[in-house]
Amino acid sequence: MTTSNYATERETTEGKVFTVTGGDWDQVVSGTDPINDERIVVNMGPQHPSTHGVLRLILELEGETVREARSVIGYLHTGIEKNLEYRNWVQGSTFVTRMDYLSPLFNETAYALAVEKLLGITDEVTERATTIRVLMMELNRISSHLVWLATTGMELGAINMMLYGFREREYILDIFETITGLRMNHAYVRPGGVAQDVPDDAIVKIRDFLKLMPKKLKEYEDLLSGQPIWIERTKNVAVLDVTACLALGVTGPVLRSAGLAWDLRKTMPYCGYETYEFDVPTHTDGDVWGRYLVRLAEIRESLKLVEQALDRLKPGPVMVADRKIAWPAQLAIGVDGMGNSLEHVAKIMGQSMESLIHHFKLVTEGFRVPPGQVYVAVESPRGELGVHAVSDGGTRPYRVHYREPSFVNLQALPAMAEGGLIADVIAGGASLDPVMGGCDR
Amino acid sequence: MTAPNDKNNDGGVPVPTTPAGASSTAPAEYPPASPAGRGMFGNQGTGDVSGFGGLVRQRKPIEEATRPYGGYFDEVRDALEEAYPQFGDAIEKVVVDRGELTLHVRPERIAEVCQVMRDDLALRFELCSSVSGVDYLGADGRRLHVVYQLTSMTYRRRVRLEAAVSAEDPHLPSVTAVYPTADWQERETYDMFGIVFDGHPNLTRILMPDDWEGHPQRKDYPLGGVPVEYKGAEIPPPDRRRSYQ
Repeated sequence: MTTSNYATERETTEGKVFTVTGGDWDQVVSGTDPINDERIVVNMGPQHPSTHGVLRLILELEGETVREARSVIGYLHTGIEKNLEYRNWVQGSTFVTRMDYLSPLFNETAYALAVEKLLGITDEVTERATTIRVLMMELNRISSHLVWLATTGMELGAINMMLYGFREREYILDIFETITGLRMNHAYVRPGGVAQDVPDDAIVKIRDFLKLMPKKLKEYEDLLSGQPIWIERTKNVAVLDVTACLALGVTGPVLRSAGLAWDLRKTMPYCGYETYEFDVPTHTDGDVWGRYLVRLAEIRESLKLVEQALDRLKPGPVMVADRKIAWPAQLAIGVDGMGNSLEHVAKIMGQSMESLIHHFKLVTEGFRVPPGQVYVAVESPRGELGVHAVSDGGTRPYRVHYREPSFVNLQALPAMAEGGLIADVIAGGASLDPVMGGCDR
Repeated sequence: MTAPNDKNNDGGVPVPTTPAGASSTAPAEYPPASPAGRGMFGNQGTGDVSGFGGLVRQRKPIEEATRPYGGYFDEVRDALEEAYPQFGDAIEKVVVDRGELTLHVRPERIAEVCQVMRDDLALRFELCSSVSGVDYLGADGRRLHVVYQLTSMTYRRRVRLEAAVSAEDPHLPSVTAVYPTADWQERETYDMFGIVFDGHPNLTRILMPDDWEGHPQRKDYPLGGVPVEYKGAEIPPPDRRRSYQ
């Protein structure tokens, strides 16, 4: 290195100090730390369209490569678990349904199963109620996967996929509205059964949907599966193998895309899933492409399950017979949504004092749940959705904790993103399918 | 009918302040017989002519499970005893309730027990499904319980581990070295209950803002809320409403 007239250097206690007077920039630059100089920290979110809600990512970038990724959550924390402790057990349904807003029926069913286990009435839940739960959950799984497909398509540049996915989801929400009175946040699955029976026109709608959906799935595959951009953006992107999944507690389609056929519906059955015929789709690559294929295949399996559940629907009660637990009203959908049926109101107001007392007691006071604790898990579209419920013997939950798959799975984001390109952070994050309402609760 | 341990607040849910029947040897299995055990309408003192205020509900105590437990529980216990010689020292209580096995573990031993539960070939609890807390304020001297739900994918079993610490010294080892998935869940438990997991790589708040004071899921942390006017009447916040107990 020639000594320069333009930039003289001298040693100080703080390091080398250059006195720049002119050219010879090579020497000047080589004196600094090239790594740290190249790294910039980028804040992605919390209001970023492709972070699925209010998820904030802090990325340390070197060029376009992500060196470190950290996720910050909590922006949608609503204190649902704390709130549950101040409402009675049945009111809990209306809270938990709002956690993971894309799969409300799973939240409700998991909660109902936990309360029933605490009450010791798991075996008394009627067959029809259980079948309706399966039916609703599988329809919900389809709608949730459709939203995943839609949003991921949009994030990776397939805007029409977004329109198609939401369009088909609307069919399912329409079915939900017919059955529960609401498109989302149903509070339909209650401890002891379901809020009300499935009306006949809903069955017709579901049958129509079952005919329609396979064609649509074919359409999605035609649109995406052979498309070079989609393949480029998903294959070998955000790889997570079985070891990493297990260490990080990742379950659901992400785990199955890595090759482990772990599905609670098969491995630890509930709601009579062991009596249904369906497969657990897996893939071996553990990348976004694999997760796409697994989710598409799961929609097909769910269609099979919905069909079987429909065939099994035999007339019968949809609530346990125990009138100390069963909601006393016969709910019906009126012009202003779901409420007490007029016949029921006429009966309790005009004919039966006992029914009125019963109605009043159960609605205002609720039922008591024997003390103790249980843990119940169901397979939600995102993985293991667990409910840890503790009762003190009173009419309110003492503690309810949700093991949310969105929350647990999000931990895997740094493992997927670090070392990859920033564009793949979007693909990887989307492939986890996090729903921040569930993640933050 | 004011109970000695209940702080009779102004119409809301009575919150016991001092631990009743607190013992530091065996952790409580039940939450305290909170308001649920006594009376019905929350009015303790005068004005109750219905007789409901004197109602006392009996709760069947959960006894320590006796062998045989049934199901796979015996196998799990035997395997753990064999693989972990300090079993007698580390396990405080074994409870079988509603078809679920709960091992109450001495808090300082929790990471060791988890390690054995994961690695022993006869146990193989590969997945730590959930880590969360429960505050047994009033029932237990060591009121803060940490609850671990372990899942064995090989044998398709579930076991619950429970470790109890006191609010004054809420420390226990982190299990993140054994189950990395416990990372965020321990952070949430710290955030919500103030339980400190020693050895956790980054124990900071996760759901609440960084500068939040207090730990919201503790039972002595109020729900909060403001009264709302509805059609001319004022509706108190949920924790101030009159309620059945």
